[in-house]
Amino acid sequence: MPTDRPTAAELVEAVREFLTDHVGPNVEGQLAFHARVAANALAIVERTLAEGGAMDQAEAERLRDLLGRDGDLEELNRDLSRRIRAGEAIGDGGALLEHLRRTVQDKVQLANPRYLTPRD
Amino acid sequence: MAKAEQPAMKSIEDELRSALHEAAIEHFGDGTEIEGLVKLSGGASRETWSFDAAIPDGGRLPLILKRDPPSDEVTDGPTGVASVLGVDRWTEGRLLELAGEVGVPVPRVHFFLAADPRTTAGFVMQRLEGETLGRRILREDAYAEARPKLAFQCGQAAARLHGIPIDRLPPLNSLRVDEELQLYRDILDSFEHAHAGFEYALHWLEERQALAGDGHTLAHGDYRNGNFVVGPDGLRAVLDWELGHLGNPFSDLGWICIKSWRYGHVGKPVGGFGEVDELLAGYQAGGGAPFTVENLRFWEVFGCMRWGVVCVINAFSFLTGSQRTIETATIGRRAAETEYDLLELLD
Repeated sequence: MPTDRPTAAELVEAVREFLTDHVGPNVEGQLAFHARVAANALAIVERTLAEGGAMDQAEAERLRDLLGRDGDLEELNRDLSRRIRAGEAIGDGGALLEHLRRTVQDKVQLANPRYLTPRD
Repeated sequence: MAKAEQPAMKSIEDELRSALHEAAIEHFGDGTEIEGLVKLSGGASRETWSFDAAIPDGGRLPLILKRDPPSDEVTDGPTGVASVLGVDRWTEGRLLELAGEVGVPVPRVHFFLAADPRTTAGFVMQRLEGETLGRRILREDAYAEARPKLAFQCGQAAARLHGIPIDRLPPLNSLRVDEELQLYRDILDSFEHAHAGFEYALHWLEERQALAGDGHTLAHGDYRNGNFVVGPDGLRAVLDWELGHLGNPFSDLGWICIKSWRYGHVGKPVGGFGEVDELLAGYQAGGGAPFTVENLRFWEVFGCMRWGVVCVINAFSFLTGSQRTIETATIGRRAAETEYDLLELLD
């Protein structure tokens, strides 16, 4: 990748900080709210750049085990969805549900990690 | 740009004021004045305005107008849940009146506004004092004595609304559980992005439809913390009847329990404020059919699925450009939270 510092992740971080530190405090109402929402969206991008690759690899590995076939992540997921819909048996015991929970937990970890630590 | 918009906004408001003034005179008598007219919110499916009617005998009534959006506005897209279940404002106002007659706490409906060149159709109701924001209801000291009462009161109010004889209701959409599941499947399929968790949940629900129960009554459609007016004394009103439809009554009871409406207070399954046995006790006290934990779990899973579908619709209304805002984009990513909640509930 032909890139110098700051990297893509560092630039996204810079824009997020700009929104939080400079835009947010100087606007009001709906615009201030949307600046916060936009900063949160960039935080999702930062987490995805940092953690997403490893999550994809682990997910693809689990899917290959579960489905007993090869393929890229999108293909494997389409196949998994098709087989769930058809009511086919997939994996042993709770393997399917465990895979689904693991995968969705990773999705939430990227999209909104605070959701994983409830307040009471 | 702001300058160019101002005159247009002004005239929309003036036209509405003139139509509202005429209707208010007809209802409250000559000499009635409209004061403090202000727009509270404008959504894709309705607009809400606040105003006071100063009536000739010196009284002053705090009021809310809900009206349909201008007809050239785009609604929530071809596949939106609201466009399948949503009712117009006259129907919504009629549902409020009927609910009030059977003892559901609701704002009193004063009069209906007919569509004319100045305004879309709407209805005018009492503006109540109280809190509607779910988080505040769950946190603020002012509602400490109200919170332990709410699950029972919500159960009782639900039973009463479910008990309105069908032949008294205005024409409504009707959705059986299998039809609604098929609708969600079609919506998810139309976006061509695999959600294995949602597939698992849909399959789970399809296999367990016997747990739905077989009631078919008026269902509120959005019965949850956030659509209730609460005061220090407890439940004051049930609002937002715009998704009223004929469906399974237990669907409202599952919806009030889904985790998204507990605002972090996950230990209290009913709206973040109460327990299931209180909801059931209230429901039976209001004349509702008894439900089991299994019925309720089915409808909680169902409700969670429904909220997930709404999140996915937001994601795609951003992607297709029909509602291209940073808000719809990020609500779209909240689909993962509902998928997470679903998988926690399932076996």
